[in-house]
Amino acid sequence: MAIRKKVKSSTIVMYVFLILLLLLSIVPFYLVVINSTHSSFDIVTKLNLLPGKSMGENYTTMQSHVNIWKGFLNSLLIAVPYTAFTGYFGALTAFGFAKYRFKGRNILFGVVLASMMIPAQVSIIGFYQLNLKLHLLNSYIPFAITGISNATAVFFLRGIIEQSIPNSMMEAARLEGCSEFMIFNRIVLPCVTPGVATMCIFNFVSCWNNYIGPLIIMTDSEKYTMPVMIAMIKGLYLTNYGAMYLAITISIVPIIIVYCFFSKYIINGLTVGAEK
Amino acid sequence: MLPKTGKKKKLKNRENSGLVFISPFFLVFAVFGLYPVIYTIYLSFYKWDGLAPSVFIGIKNFHRLLTDKVFFLSVWNTFRIWVCNFIPQMLLALVLSAIFTFNKLKGMKFFRAAYYLPNLITAASVGLLFNLLFDGDKSVVNYILTILKVPGAPFQFFNSGIFTTGLVSYIQCWMWFGYTTVIIMAGITAIDSSVYDAAMVDGASKMQTYIYITMPLIKPTLVYMMITSIIGGMQLFDVPATLTNGLGDPRKSILTTSMYLYNQGFKSHNYGYASAISVGLFVIIAILSIFSFRAMQNKGGTQDGN
Repeated sequence: MAIRKKVKSSTIVMYVFLILLLLLSIVPFYLVVINSTHSSFDIVTKLNLLPGKSMGENYTTMQSHVNIWKGFLNSLLIAVPYTAFTGYFGALTAFGFAKYRFKGRNILFGVVLASMMIPAQVSIIGFYQLNLKLHLLNSYIPFAITGISNATAVFFLRGIIEQSIPNSMMEAARLEGCSEFMIFNRIVLPCVTPGVATMCIFNFVSCWNNYIGPLIIMTDSEKYTMPVMIAMIKGLYLTNYGAMYLAITISIVPIIIVYCFFSKYIINGLTVGAEK
Repeated sequence: MLPKTGKKKKLKNRENSGLVFISPFFLVFAVFGLYPVIYTIYLSFYKWDGLAPSVFIGIKNFHRLLTDKVFFLSVWNTFRIWVCNFIPQMLLALVLSAIFTFNKLKGMKFFRAAYYLPNLITAASVGLLFNLLFDGDKSVVNYILTILKVPGAPFQFFNSGIFTTGLVSYIQCWMWFGYTTVIIMAGITAIDSSVYDAAMVDGASKMQTYIYITMPLIKPTLVYMMITSIIGGMQLFDVPATLTNGLGDPRKSILTTSMYLYNQGFKSHNYGYASAISVGLFVIIAILSIFSFRAMQNKGGTQDGN
């Protein structure tokens, strides 16, 4: 009896701890979403815990200063091609490394691993100057194209291809007259779709969240992405708190929705690299 | 004889198609990954404002870097923010993974998924979000503190360097502890469960098992976490930049090295000097990574026994 009681109380302590952390993780987002439905006056005079009625008003104020949907579109135009390239070329490169024994294979794979260790911000000056010379400032190309050389995707997908594509399967396809490239497109790619999807969701979010990249490449305000717009919002709206909270809400709610559907894939995709 | 070599040649050709498949990666990496790094190093020996022709000045930029108080302040700020976020984050993640590993708690996956959520949210939005929650007499936090009759409320939070540094560390810890928990748990799952049975037979408690058996076994994961955290942490930019409008105020207390680099390059157009800061940051990150790798290696050596 005494033991049972002891077990129970320790479980309660654990749950209290877990719930406290849960609140810490979620409450800031909740406050932002709730405040986006209140007028600026309400926000500075009350603590709002339930939805208000001023969302439409905040929306009008927000749109009169900056077109947030334009930022939304720009973010999509960067993140969608980047994600598509990451998925396709990540799998293609991984396939090349996993299934073919060519000269210098190990050294080249070492280069892929080493490229993961280069701190990205260290080369921003060079990256900016390169795109300036190539006339790629204010273009979506520098973002889309770098999806082709995503080392994490290669590393992750190589493991999956090695495990899930038997050599006999490729032999059979060759006997049927498939070229090596056709084997990739018709057989390998469909087989590893779940892995590719995991990488895609993950990279979509990280590209969507990228702040410093678009900040240096997109100099024209028409090309600003969501994070760049959000970062300059405080200077624009001054005391229109409702409008600011609404803009933040618009930037975070899509991610929360995506996460609700795909959290399992995202959490699985995280452990890339940690498994040695 | 002839057909055999023909077959060999065909096989070799086939294996070489692997090279064709990996070539787009290396082509793009060479142009958009490697070239910017080399060009940045090259520029660090020049004085250039982006308009006039660049002038070779040898190691003058580095001489300036080594005597630049703001640079060292920014490195110290970044390091301080990293340490104050990494230690609690790691402790929290170790405690959480212990709880989740040794207890069959309902809703474990839900809790873990919720803890990871802040990591996914745009860091720029997070910076502004916390700015709004704290900034001003009528901010949400000041409102609550005033109601609770906390002496001195409302506070001018962003006038205090200590508070602002602490807040950035808190935000970083808040954004990353869920991620760290997921990674550590993945490391724990990979452990062969038979090692626990032996410990149980010897009468070890859960706590002892975790500290003396689990932790040494997940050392590679912990080393990985520490090094990736240093690399990311020393490049910290988004949160402090959006929290303080890019200035790192009050009194440059949260000016990170990346912010200083950005300001020198893209606000003052000192591309040469900004490149030298980049190289300096790269060297610091490399030294810290190697140092922490060695430190963790030695620490484990006495415990491991194998």
